[in-house]
Amino acid sequence: MSENNAMTLAPKKSFLKRNLPVVSTAGPISIWMIIFVMLPLLYILFISFMSRDVYGNIEYTFTTDNYKEMIQPLYLKVIWKSLKLAFLTTVICLVVGYPLAYYIASKPSKLAAKLLMLVMIPYWTSSLVRLFSINQLGMPNGFLNLLLLKLGIVSEPVDFLFSDGIVIMGLLTAMLPFSVLPLYSSIEKLDKSLLEASKDLGANPAKTFIKVTIPLTMPGIVGCVLLVFIPSLGMYYVPEMLGGGKVMLIGTLIKNQFLMTKNWPFGASLAILLILITLAMMWIYTRVGKLDELEVG
Amino acid sequence: MAEHIVSLKKVNKFFGDNHVIKDLNLDINEGEFLTLLGPSGCGKTTILRMVAGFEDATNGTIEVQGERVEDKEAYERDVNTVFQSYALFPHMTVFDNIAYGLTVKKVPKSEITRRVKEMLELVQLMGFEGRKPDMMSGGQKQRVAIARALINNPKVLLLDEPLGALDLQLRKQMQIELKRLQKQLHITFVYVTHDQEEAMTMSDRIAVMNGGVIEHLASPDEIYKAPKTRFVANFIGESNLFTGKLESLENGIGGVATTLGKAKLELSGFEPGEEMHICVRPEVMKYSKEPVDGFSLRGTVKNVIFVGAQYRTLVTMEDGYDVKINRVKQNKDLKEGDDIYLYWEPDDATGIKA
Ligand SMILES: Nc1ncnc2c1ncn2[C@@H]1O[C@H](COP(=O)(O)OP(=O)(O)OP(=O)(O)O)[C@@H](O)[C@H]1O
Ligand SMILES: [Mg+2]
Repeated sequence: MSENNAMTLAPKKSFLKRNLPVVSTAGPISIWMIIFVMLPLLYILFISFMSRDVYGNIEYTFTTDNYKEMIQPLYLKVIWKSLKLAFLTTVICLVVGYPLAYYIASKPSKLAAKLLMLVMIPYWTSSLVRLFSINQLGMPNGFLNLLLLKLGIVSEPVDFLFSDGIVIMGLLTAMLPFSVLPLYSSIEKLDKSLLEASKDLGANPAKTFIKVTIPLTMPGIVGCVLLVFIPSLGMYYVPEMLGGGKVMLIGTLIKNQFLMTKNWPFGASLAILLILITLAMMWIYTRVGKLDELEVG
Repeated sequence: MAEHIVSLKKVNKFFGDNHVIKDLNLDINEGEFLTLLGPSGCGKTTILRMVAGFEDATNGTIEVQGERVEDKEAYERDVNTVFQSYALFPHMTVFDNIAYGLTVKKVPKSEITRRVKEMLELVQLMGFEGRKPDMMSGGQKQRVAIARALINNPKVLLLDEPLGALDLQLRKQMQIELKRLQKQLHITFVYVTHDQEEAMTMSDRIAVMNGGVIEHLASPDEIYKAPKTRFVANFIGESNLFTGKLESLENGIGGVATTLGKAKLELSGFEPGEEMHICVRPEVMKYSKEPVDGFSLRGTVKNVIFVGAQYRTLVTMEDGYDVKINRVKQNKDLKEGDDIYLYWEPDDATGIKA
């Protein structure tokens, strides 16, 4: 109310003058975002409703066929598998990342910083190099098979490549660093006297974990889920390099539509599907965030 | 039935090389209000944490109700703690916070509701059950913390500076309430505080600690009137201390040659020839213009100042030590530079072993 009055009473200045600080700082990046992020996205949205001719050129006639096409069992299977692998990766990241983050958070801050550094190293190494080495490890004459054969666990080489397992391995090495960071930051903030209070009131470690630790580190858990699930879902070079043609995921499918089968409209509609899933997850996150605020804040 | 509700025997605690608790013995009676009082870092919190089970004693035994508890986890012990920082669960309502102990023990819902209601009444927080802790004032949070501990019917309640974060007025009010709760519920309170006035007004007994040992364990009255050590005499209230040698002991009256002159006092348990200290509280210190029989402590009046409720006279002795004399009424007969003789009634002074 009073703010509005102040606005109308204030001497009239040009829009540019009044907003100079905002325009000068946020202006260039906004223009950048509009040109290189928003316009392409709008274009993708646009062509996802277009059709194409027999040569793969886009025909500017409106259709919803691209979205209907996804319902074909073949594509549903790909979408389902992508969701499944992303989900598994996320769960493993949580199960592995939480104890790791907890352990690091229990260390003095100097040591913790060093340990976090170690966790981040895979992220800083070239993903290409990393994936090639995983590839090498998993080959029939690779290190893993050598080890298994020497130990007598298997009698002939196992083909690890092109399996869901090795794809998840690849996703994990890419994603684990991201999962540890949000978990670490929320666990580190956790007031340890609350854990003592819980034990003091008769809750054993398991109950304390469920009733106090998990709810209070929920922001970190949700952050971890988002940071891992969303990129895992769209990641295409990992399944590409480790899964070969055999493990078809949504990312590869999209790539193929654009680069191989030249079906841009269908590729665009799949991309839109990915974006929608992402948005849905972000929405859930803000809900949880709000809930959290209501409860804690 | 055990003799003592809590009993620490020859307890030692090391943090690395730091010997924090030294051969400590402490027997706590059922239903008493016992206060641990001492300077920062003397080990008060460490004792509470060892009884609660958050810290293991390096050696020695700890018994609760005659049962050794060293091998019991914190959640298996029948003691509860009220933390200085309250440590309320921020994601739970007041109701859920108070109910926590019963919820984890799987007590039926209806009973939980009934007992939480009782507790809310006890700490006078009816109507607050739906609130989140950070919507409450410090005093209210502290009451929730107390209710949350008391709902478990603990044998012993451990309180680590529970009122430390409150302002003076609220602290006074909470002191009275805590004392009321303790009497009403007949629960043993082991209370840690920095504030000696708080300790004096609330406790049945006070354990004055210094450097990991208990120097004096007695009623507030006794600790004030007859401090056992020099440290206690200095730490609790104000005192004038004289050092010397016991020369004679006749009919319970000892004559002491102090470094500042002769003095006498009522004594027992001392042998002639022993080195000792004499503690005289400022309000019982007397003076005279003429020498008094048995005394030869001479000094010069330095100044007379009004300190709140009383007048304080400082008398500088030969060696530069300032003796304090407190009076409710102004000592009109004294002025700066007067030479006077100090003395006291023999039963007003306390002998302390050197
Ligand atoms: N976890 C710990 N690790 C190492 N040293 C500790 C630890 N906890 C306490 N100490 C040391 O033990 C000594 C006693 O600490 P404690 O907390 O019991 O003191 P306190 O009497 O409660 O002091 P305050 O009045 O300041 O609370 C201190 O010297 C402290 O530095
Ligand atoms: Mg302490």
